[in-house]
Amino acid sequence: MRRAGKVLLAALGFVLLGTGPATGQDSSWTLFPSHGQESATPIIQRGKEVFQNLCSGCHGPVIKNASPGIGATMPGTDALAAKYKGAKPAMLEERTDLTPQFIKIFVRNGVSVMPRFRKTELSDADMEALSAYLTRNNKP
Amino acid sequence: MRVPPGVSEADFAAALKQFEAAIGKEWVFTSDEDVDLYRDSFSPFWHEAEDSVPSAAIAPDGLEQVQAVVKIANTYKIPLWTISTGKNLAYGGSAPRLSGSVVLDLKRMNRILEVNDQNHFALVEPGVSYFDLYNYIQEHKLKVWIDPPDPGWGSPVGNSLERGGGRTPMRDHFANHCGMEVVLANGEVMRTGMGAMPGSKTWQQYRYGFGPYVDGMFSQSNFGVVTKLGIWLLPEPEAYRDATVSVARHDDLIPFVETLVYLYNSEIVQGTTALDSPLLTYRVSKGGGVVDLPGDISVAELERIGHEQNIAYWSAELHYYGPPKVVDAQWEYTKEKFSAIPGATFKDGRSYRFPLELKETDDAPRVALGIPNLAVFGFLGTTQGHMDFSPIIPMTGEAVFEALKAFGEVYAELGVAPKNQFISLPWAFFPRAFVFLFGFPIVHDVESNKKSREVFRRLIKVSAEHGWGEYRTHIAYMDDVADVYSYNNHALLRFHETVKDALDPNGILSPGKSGIWPKSMRKARA
Repeated sequence: MRRAGKVLLAALGFVLLGTGPATGQDSSWTLFPSHGQESATPIIQRGKEVFQNLCSGCHGPVIKNASPGIGATMPGTDALAAKYKGAKPAMLEERTDLTPQFIKIFVRNGVSVMPRFRKTELSDADMEALSAYLTRNNKP
Repeated sequence: MRVPPGVSEADFAAALKQFEAAIGKEWVFTSDEDVDLYRDSFSPFWHEAEDSVPSAAIAPDGLEQVQAVVKIANTYKIPLWTISTGKNLAYGGSAPRLSGSVVLDLKRMNRILEVNDQNHFALVEPGVSYFDLYNYIQEHKLKVWIDPPDPGWGSPVGNSLERGGGRTPMRDHFANHCGMEVVLANGEVMRTGMGAMPGSKTWQQYRYGFGPYVDGMFSQSNFGVVTKLGIWLLPEPEAYRDATVSVARHDDLIPFVETLVYLYNSEIVQGTTALDSPLLTYRVSKGGGVVDLPGDISVAELERIGHEQNIAYWSAELHYYGPPKVVDAQWEYTKEKFSAIPGATFKDGRSYRFPLELKETDDAPRVALGIPNLAVFGFLGTTQGHMDFSPIIPMTGEAVFEALKAFGEVYAELGVAPKNQFISLPWAFFPRAFVFLFGFPIVHDVESNKKSREVFRRLIKVSAEHGWGEYRTHIAYMDDVADVYSYNNHALLRFHETVKDALDPNGILSPGKSGIWPKSMRKARA
């Protein structure tokens, strides 16, 4: 048996407060490995965590031969592959042309079957970190 | 400034100030930009005036803050619409039934309070997602499985309360909850079942406690705000296997479902099974319908094609969980029972032993293995979402035939093109009955959505005429569905209204949820 006591949880909530209260105790969706490179700065590292938590469930790497629906297909990556047909990477983490404004528009407005993300899911600070991560390889 | 219906601007401003004092200014969202994030991303009223728009959103963290919010709302008669993770997509998402309500967003209450892998249960808050719970169990190497619904970003609390379904033997989520903590409309905290006893040692192990069992009154309801929920978990099985049974002829469906029911109700077949029809899939590929449409290829012709091309009329993938010897024996027994149907064929499927390393699950049926994911959204193609029509029908072949005919007549009557169908044959998400799933594509086109709503409402009525009712519905149709549960002059709905008036006289909690309106907003019943 494991018991996560209230004291420990309160402590966790406190510790995480500085890095973005909206995520609270949210554990990362570690079952979706991030495709990005190791990051250098704290904001990019935080952005990578945010991507893993909130984005990689649909925008992670596609596993070959996955069964649709019940397997490990990636709706976001698949949709972008169909849209760009190789002209741009289907993986958001591999893009070098995203801008913070572009990212914000899609995250806060949604697109196709991707819903809007509320600030209790993704705070403004974490949005900034996500943008820093997804634009880390842009050429100046 | 958006203002809830029936509330003055001055009162709303005063209430917002008190909400800020109670939970912190940063967690009271009032700008249009922030509040619009709570609109339904899959709204069937896109670009229409009827689209539900909240007036504000507030996100308390903790029981005491929820109590404070409810008390303030009572003072100013502010309608609150409670959400957990806000992912009730296809049923309204995070948008309120009553446009102008303040969304009570419990996402920040995301504590996993206990996971017990000896007695196999968890106690969680509403903001915990299936991903969170799964990851917690993996990180702590606990020998239990969760049962996620197809989209894993939802809340075990919210999905259980909405009476959602998954795919493992624990697939009936409300049936597998045990004990809840509820904030009532007056701000009082109540615990149900064994939780009513201070110091109880079995809150998550014995459902009923003593006296009337009231947990159901807080599912699909607006009688309280559930702040903690106990959930039963599946002990990690040693093995899983699946396999497919097929039969050749149209009328074979009757003994096919009879056999399936016997195996289900004897707990030999487990998890969620979907009825499949390779020949109806063939018919759809030729421009026909899943439901029976005028001019479709006839049954006799389909049987002839099936015979020539070796295509089965009906099939089902069955699932087994347990010790390897047991699941093998269950499959052998399954074959023995279905062999009574002449020409039945059998095909072994996937087989896994646990614990399973994730890399081995590349092509695994993840949801059926208790692994949350979002792959289901890949089914929705280029739409802007969907809403589900999901009537419960008897688990019999005759009922399936009747439903395909009845729904086909609606499609024909309203001129729905076969290519617009987004329908599967019945599922066994719940014990003892089938649920049909019609997905209505949402598009950002007013006329298309109007048509979908017309078809949806007609299906509700036609289903009711046949004795079938929806198990859950989008906020747009809650009144329509409640209206067909009308036995004895709506005795059940009137009971709900009596309870609502007693528990929540100011009508502050989720007005209109499941067709239950507070007295001040109740319309005269025809």
